[in-house]
This record gives sequence, C-alpha cells and structure tokens, in this order.
Amino acid sequence: MQKFLQFLFVHSFCFVVTIGYATQPGAQTKSVTQRLVVTGSSTLAPLVNEIARRFESAHPGMRIDVQTGGSSRGITEVRQGIAAIGMVSRALKPDEGDLRAYAIAQDGIGIIVHAGNRVAGLSRDHVADIFTGNITRWKVLDGTGARITVIHKAEGRSTLELFLDYIRRKNSEIKPHIIIGDNAQGIKAVAGNPHAIGYVSIGAAEFEIRRGLPLRLLPLDGIAASVETVRQGVFPLSRPLNLVTLGEPQGLASQFIEFARSPQVHDLVETQYFIPVNAD
Amino acid sequence: MPIDQWLPGILRAGALIALLIMLFILIFLIGESWPVLSKLSIAQLVTDSSWHPLEGTYNLMPMLTGTVLASTGALLLAIPLGLASALFTLFYAPRYLAVSYKRLIELLAGIPSVVFGFWGLTVLVPLINQWQPPGASLLAGILVLTLMILPTVTVTAHAALAAVSDELARNAAALGLSRWGTIQGVMLPAAKTGISAGIMLAAARALGETMAVLMVAGNVVQYPETVFDPVRTLAANIALETAYAMGDHRAVLFVSGLLLMGLIMVLSVLAEALEKQQHV
Repeated sequence: MQKFLQFLFVHSFCFVVTIGYATQPGAQTKSVTQRLVVTGSSTLAPLVNEIARRFESAHPGMRIDVQTGGSSRGITEVRQGIAAIGMVSRALKPDEGDLRAYAIAQDGIGIIVHAGNRVAGLSRDHVADIFTGNITRWKVLDGTGARITVIHKAEGRSTLELFLDYIRRKNSEIKPHIIIGDNAQGIKAVAGNPHAIGYVSIGAAEFEIRRGLPLRLLPLDGIAASVETVRQGVFPLSRPLNLVTLGEPQGLASQFIEFARSPQVHDLVETQYFIPVNAD
Repeated sequence: MPIDQWLPGILRAGALIALLIMLFILIFLIGESWPVLSKLSIAQLVTDSSWHPLEGTYNLMPMLTGTVLASTGALLLAIPLGLASALFTLFYAPRYLAVSYKRLIELLAGIPSVVFGFWGLTVLVPLINQWQPPGASLLAGILVLTLMILPTVTVTAHAALAAVSDELARNAAALGLSRWGTIQGVMLPAAKTGISAGIMLAAARALGETMAVLMVAGNVVQYPETVFDPVRTLAANIALETAYAMGDHRAVLFVSGLLLMGLIMVLSVLAEALEKQQHV
C-alpha cells in the first residue's frame, strides 16, 4: 500500500509539473499582449462580446475577456480590481458614487401579452395590481373572465429589479404563476398562453413579433412600447446599459469604452435589439 | 505475469481518483455554503417565511418538497409502465415487435433532456393550461420526468429479467406453471435486485434533472396544493439563480446543492439496505 501511495504521489506530482509547463507559454504571451477583463450583466455580455471581437481585430495584440454573472458581479469585481470594466444593465445607485458609468446602449422593458388579448393598454397601478394578485382575472380590464397567468423573473435579474422599481413593490409581494429565467423563455411562455402577462426586453419582443409569434407589446401609461419611444426617452420602463469603471478609465479600458460608444458599433447594438446611444 | 503486477495499481488509482473527485465535490460544496451555515442557523432554512434571498429569507423546504413530489410522482408512473414494457418485450411480444420496441425505448433514453423540456413547454404546458391554468405545473414536471426515466426503468428491468438463468425458466415450465405464474413466482423475484437498482438509478436521475423540469414546472416557490400548482425543484433553483447570485444568496444556493446531494446519498443508502434485505 505504501508503495502504491508513493507511486501515486510521484505521478500526480509529475502531472502537476506538466500542467504547469503547459500553461507557461500562455503566461508568457500575457506579458506581450494587453488583456482587459470585462464582467457583469448577462443582458450586455453578448453585445460586449461582439464589440470586443471587432475591437480585437482592429487592434491586434489586445485581448478582451468577457465574462458574465450579473450586474452585481460586475460592480463587485470592478471594485475588487478583478475586472477593469463592469457591465451593468441599470443606472448606478446613489451608493455607487465611486464608479463611473458610460452608457453604450438603451434597453426598454415591455409588458407582453398574447396576440389574442384584447386589453388596450395598462397603467402602472394596473400592472402592480396584476402582479401582486389584486386583479386575478382579465374581466376587470377587458370583459373576458379568464384567469390571468402572471409570468415573473427569477430573483437577482436586473430586468426584475427595474420592473419592481417601476411598480414600486418588493419581490415578496409579487404573486407569480410561472417564474422564468431568460427573455426567450418568457416570450415562449406568453406566446403559448392566451391569458398570460409577462415582461421582457422590448427589442427581443419586437423581433419575435416580426417573426410572427402571437405576441403584443402593451402601451404603458398611454405610451406605446417600442424601440422608438425608448430611443426618445419617453417610455417609462427603460434602462441604460452601462460599462462601469472604478474612477476614470485608464489606457486600454478607456480606449475600449470609447470604441464601444462610437458609431462603428451601432450595427452590432441594433442586431442585439438594443438602441444605440450617441456619445457626445 | 507483468499485467498482474501493475494492474492492481492502476485499478487502485482509478478507484482513488473517483473517490477523491466525490470527496472534493463534497468539500467544495461545504466550503462554498460555509458562510451561510456558520452565520445563519440551519433552522432558518426551514422556518423562514419564504424564499426571497435578496430580502434575507431563505426557506428551502418548499423546494425540497417540490423535488421529492415531482420525483415520487414520476416514479409512481414510470415503474409500472417500465416493468410492463420489459415484461411485454421479454415474454409476450412477437419477436419482430419486441426488437423494434426495445430499440424505440433505447432511443427514448438517448434523447437529451432539453428536448423533453422543449416539447413540454410548447405542447404539454399549453394543453394542461386549457384544462387547468396556468399549465406550467407539478403535473407537467411529473409527466416530463416520467418520459425521461421510463427508459432507465425499462432497460434495466429488461436486462435484469433477461439475466435470470434459463434453468429457472425451464424448471418453472416443467412444473407446469402458467406464463404469468412463471413471471410472478420465478422471474420477478429472481430479478428483484437488478430491477430495484434500476429504479434507484431512475430516482437519482429524476431528483437531479434540471433543464426539462425548469422549463415546464413553473418554478414558483410554494407548497403545491394540487398537481396543477407550479413548483420549483432544488436543481431548477440552482440553475435559475446561480448566474445572478452574490454573497449569502450564492452560498444558500450551494446549500441547496448540498441538500440535493444529501437526498441522493439517502437514496443510495436505502438501495444498499434493500439489497442486503434481499440477500438474507
């Protein structure tokens, strides 16, 4: 047995050493190329990833490493210095004054129902009443007696945070029937249920409606939910998609932020169903 | 015999590595959940009013209940169906049918779980919704899980029954036992260990299944009153929230992972006990 343990020990030692050598070249090139770690919101990650790839091909020798984990992770890791740039899909809070935010796009959150739903539009109070279970049937709103199926998001998502903020309720007050993860799942759930109501990114919803999915984006407080009203800044449920840094961005970070806000990436922003901002 | 000299070493190393991986996972889970286990009392995970991690309430019990209910329901459906399928192919079906039927079941076993989830989301959930809204429910979860574990039960039961020695079957025939008499009195008791091992395997798969259940079960954290109420399982909870969880919230998710692992361990101990009982 002792002999065996010895064998195991020696071999695992060799293994570790080999791995060490194998990763060595990577460590060496690291000093040659410049690396930038970007982490945070999963809403922003696909867009920033595309921007990063374009940035890399325009600036050889630079590597942008995009990771996700939610806006809150982005903020924590920028503060800890693990990431140079954080992706945060909301405006900064008052207690986040140590950070600088640079919006690269706007995103609107729209209330969606099935295409067959006859409700003309909802007010903030209606939405709050539906989601807290004070209104349980469509009867009150459109005359049909069907029960409303409330589709809500899982805890921790920034879409949920913005939505709760808008209806001024706590998450524990919400009485959901279905809880979903991402936008796509929410869209499918509403398209498959004539009595459902949910909230998703407007860009994604508009895209699916154009593709022919039976969905409707409801006007909110009398304002149509569209990419256009979000762009004009009049739609009540919208959010900036920010890149944040701890203090003024330096070197590569500032170069990348400038690139991400330039017209060179507007086409990328639009293919992700977001609305580009004009950096002036 | 050089093989005999080094084979034990290799086998020992293999066994040790498997053991170490298991141990590391356990240590990792405990380590990651330690912030919560040391700070909050374990009682809080049972007595808190609800699951709203961002508001500091961490009751895991509704999800534990949901997990156990969904798996039990699926087992109650899959065991009789699976046993019937295995008996049918072995003892009743004409040869050509038996072969193609067995292929079909094996094909069912190879379908990835997301595909079941997708089918559940687009077909099963709207169907149940027409009958008992909101459709995404414990029932949908049970049905999808049943489909997924049915092949496991069938294939293992088939293998266990087929492995019973011909001698026993011939003796039974010589005694003039009827076909059902042979099955019930000889084949099933002889194959009992194999069949129950298959059931335990199926139960473990049902407990840990994530994506398919997440897509159809509604994921609302609550004790279901009927099978038409939505539930959230522990595995679905981890998948839904981990990407966005920070601090205590993240640690509690690791606790739910620990709990899930505990459940599986209890199951394997039960299986062991069952096996011992049969040998006596």
